[in-house]
Amino acid sequence: MRKVFDFHGGIHPPENKYQSVRTPIADAGIPPQLIIPLSQHIGAPAVPVVAAGDTVLKGQLIAEPKGFVSVPLHAPTSGTIVAIEERQIAHPSGYQAPCIVIASDFNDEWIPHSGTRDYRNLDKAQLIERIRAAGIAGMGGAGFPTAAKLSVREGVKIDTLVINGTECEPYITADDILMRERATQIVAGTLILQQLIEPSATLIGVEDNKPEGLAALRSAAEGTAVEIVEFPTKYPSGGEKQLIEILTGKQVPSGGLPADVGVICQNVATAVAVYDAVVLGRPLISRITTVTGEAVAQPQNFEVLLGTPMSYLLALAGYQPQKNRRLIMGGPMMGFTLPSPDVPIVKTTNCLLAPTEIELPTPTPAQACIRCGMCAQACPASLLPQQMFWFAQGKEFEKLENHNLFDCIECGACSWVCPSNIPLVQYYRASKAEILQLRRDNEKSEQARIRFEARQERLAAADAEKEAKRAARKKAAEERALQAAADGGEEDPIQAAIERAKAKKAAQVAGAADENELEKLEKAVVTTRKRLETASGKLEQAKTEGSDLVAALQTGVDKTRAKLNAAENALHDYQLANSDAPMENAAPTDAAQAAIERAMAARSAEAALSPSEKARAQLEKLQVRLEKSRAKLAESRDSGAEEKIIEALESTVERLSEKIAAAEQELQATEGA
Amino acid sequence: MTEFITQYPLVTALLALVSLGAVFGAILGFASERFRTEGNPIVEQINEILPQTQCGQCGHPGCRPYAEAIANGEAINKCPPGGEAGIQALADLLDLEVIPLDEEHGEQSVKKVAFIREAECIGCTKCLQACPVDAILGAAKQKHTVIDSECTGCDLCEEPCPVDCIDMIPAEQEGLQTWHWQLPNPVSLEVDIIATDAPREEAA
Repeated sequence: MRKVFDFHGGIHPPENKYQSVRTPIADAGIPPQLIIPLSQHIGAPAVPVVAAGDTVLKGQLIAEPKGFVSVPLHAPTSGTIVAIEERQIAHPSGYQAPCIVIASDFNDEWIPHSGTRDYRNLDKAQLIERIRAAGIAGMGGAGFPTAAKLSVREGVKIDTLVINGTECEPYITADDILMRERATQIVAGTLILQQLIEPSATLIGVEDNKPEGLAALRSAAEGTAVEIVEFPTKYPSGGEKQLIEILTGKQVPSGGLPADVGVICQNVATAVAVYDAVVLGRPLISRITTVTGEAVAQPQNFEVLLGTPMSYLLALAGYQPQKNRRLIMGGPMMGFTLPSPDVPIVKTTNCLLAPTEIELPTPTPAQACIRCGMCAQACPASLLPQQMFWFAQGKEFEKLENHNLFDCIECGACSWVCPSNIPLVQYYRASKAEILQLRRDNEKSEQARIRFEARQERLAAADAEKEAKRAARKKAAEERALQAAADGGEEDPIQAAIERAKAKKAAQVAGAADENELEKLEKAVVTTRKRLETASGKLEQAKTEGSDLVAALQTGVDKTRAKLNAAENALHDYQLANSDAPMENAAPTDAAQAAIERAMAARSAEAALSPSEKARAQLEKLQVRLEKSRAKLAESRDSGAEEKIIEALESTVERLSEKIAAAEQELQATEGA
Repeated sequence: MTEFITQYPLVTALLALVSLGAVFGAILGFASERFRTEGNPIVEQINEILPQTQCGQCGHPGCRPYAEAIANGEAINKCPPGGEAGIQALADLLDLEVIPLDEEHGEQSVKKVAFIREAECIGCTKCLQACPVDAILGAAKQKHTVIDSECTGCDLCEEPCPVDCIDMIPAEQEGLQTWHWQLPNPVSLEVDIIATDAPREEAA
């Protein structure tokens, strides 16, 4: 006999298990419609790979996993996909979630599938892949993807594999009946897990209130390396950490995983699912669910297809809704009230409890905490529920965390023993959620702070760079000035030339002191004209759109036009007044004007030309320019000009030759056409 | 040596104390140089409490400047995004009285994120320059969009938008992802367990 240990606390609520084990597992059959939620497990929801209208066979993949902690989904029976839409699911919130809805064709036609009877030839990666592909998620209640749990990190040695057949929660008998009827599959599945993990000990832990199940398992495990361990009944010995302590005496550290103490724990139903997946090649499409409570006529266990509406299953068991006040998924301790009986069975639905009011009365109103300390005695995680209750009321989250709130397994033992009927677990659940929310917020604000600071730095760096450039330019200018001052005595030809040019300019400016005036007037004309153009454009648009702004825009345009006229007149007057001013002054403007006019004339002449003529003219012009550039280049080379200038000229010549080539091509094309 | 001590006890005591003082003074002087704290550590702590929305509703250009201002004695109730909880945390940290939020600087509201109606965006980049956390993606003449996971909901991009195509929408929709258990109602407030617990007016 193996030594078994005890864990702190625990309670002994009425078991009420006998009602549902009087008959063997019944087949629930095929309901007309199956609703398969995309998220039946912990982790990312699966992604549908079918569309409405597709026909699917039993066992066909209908949604694939997204990421490592996720599982695929398979069609529980053959039929047609009716829709992929939001449906109400089994969740305490009563919210809807995306589901794949299948209309059964009642043929129950399997997709071709095959398993491997001789799984010992498969290596670990293949085994894990099969478990993953079969969509197995922990069937004890939490629904953690089994493949992810079995993928032990490198360097972690697992010495004990624990198979959980405890089922400590009252009323539920799904695992009990599984052990009675399918002990060989459980042991076979356990052996597969054993091959995968290679532990030094493999234990199946069962409470002593299931003698039939124990006997069946013992005979099935005969001659194998699987040890069946029996231990006294106590709630919640089926909790993962509690069971590990019972079987090995080791405590999983706070915030740690069972792997930290060299243990991996799996449920018996998960072991059967692993056996089905590896040996039979069947994905997880059905499970055993207990339907019990005094509001059902025949409490019993069903093998039920995933996605079956609960109302369908309840009808099979003879559900009497008038006797039932609330329908619970799970057991009376950890289960939750369902929002409606039409939600579907999922991978984690181990029990449907339909109690009468007398059986499971509405909790009486909570009274004040009398600090009796019974909750602390009952807590299987050795926490201080009473202290945490006060902190939860006062929202003292830091203190809650210091009191290891996150080690609470929400088993409900504290609420059960509380003489004041305080719903303690609800306080802890709410506080946990709020702390997680706060953590997320903090993370986000930290992120925002980092981004803000990075931005500040970037802006500061850009400013500093600009400032540095400015300083450099200033310094260079000063240096030049200094240089000039130093060189002032000597005859510098460049400086002299610059000065000559300056002097000339100054003379010119002096001669045409009011040239600025002219420029100003010209500018005014140009800008006003531009404004007029945009304004009339807007007016046009408004007119076509029939906007009610037309009138306003019209006055705007008129005003601008008046302004333009005034500006033009002013310019004209000015030009007239200055026309008889010294000729050298007028000459440059006239020259520029003449050049512009020439260009305009040339352009209008060009417009009149045919395309081929245009192209030829263009080519000729380019050739002339090329000649000029070449001449300049040769000249500067001869005179030994700066390299930069030569380079620039060379590139100009190159560009021009390219342009000429393009123009030639164009010419050919136009002539060809 | 012993003779000197016995003959001039006063001088010896003085010498001993002076030398002790000199030695410890030197150690303290060295330590104050060696372990000098950079900046004001309280500013860091205050900054950690502030919500980092960088919204400027407090009248400072960002959370850190406000943290600095608080360290210099400014009121702690000017941060609407931090809300009452933030004021509480600041009061705890600085050992001050909890005061109600200054409504002048805005009201506490649900967390929001900016949303650009891209059909209307003209690609002017004005909102990009306004965003304190670089959470808007875009370039000149390109449609801009908000990276909602980085948006702090500070509202600073809304005002510069010339075509008013930015909306502030609630950050989290009520749904399965955001649902969580709520705290139960306070103990025994709803039901009168004993008849005499009922309010006096009713009993009378």
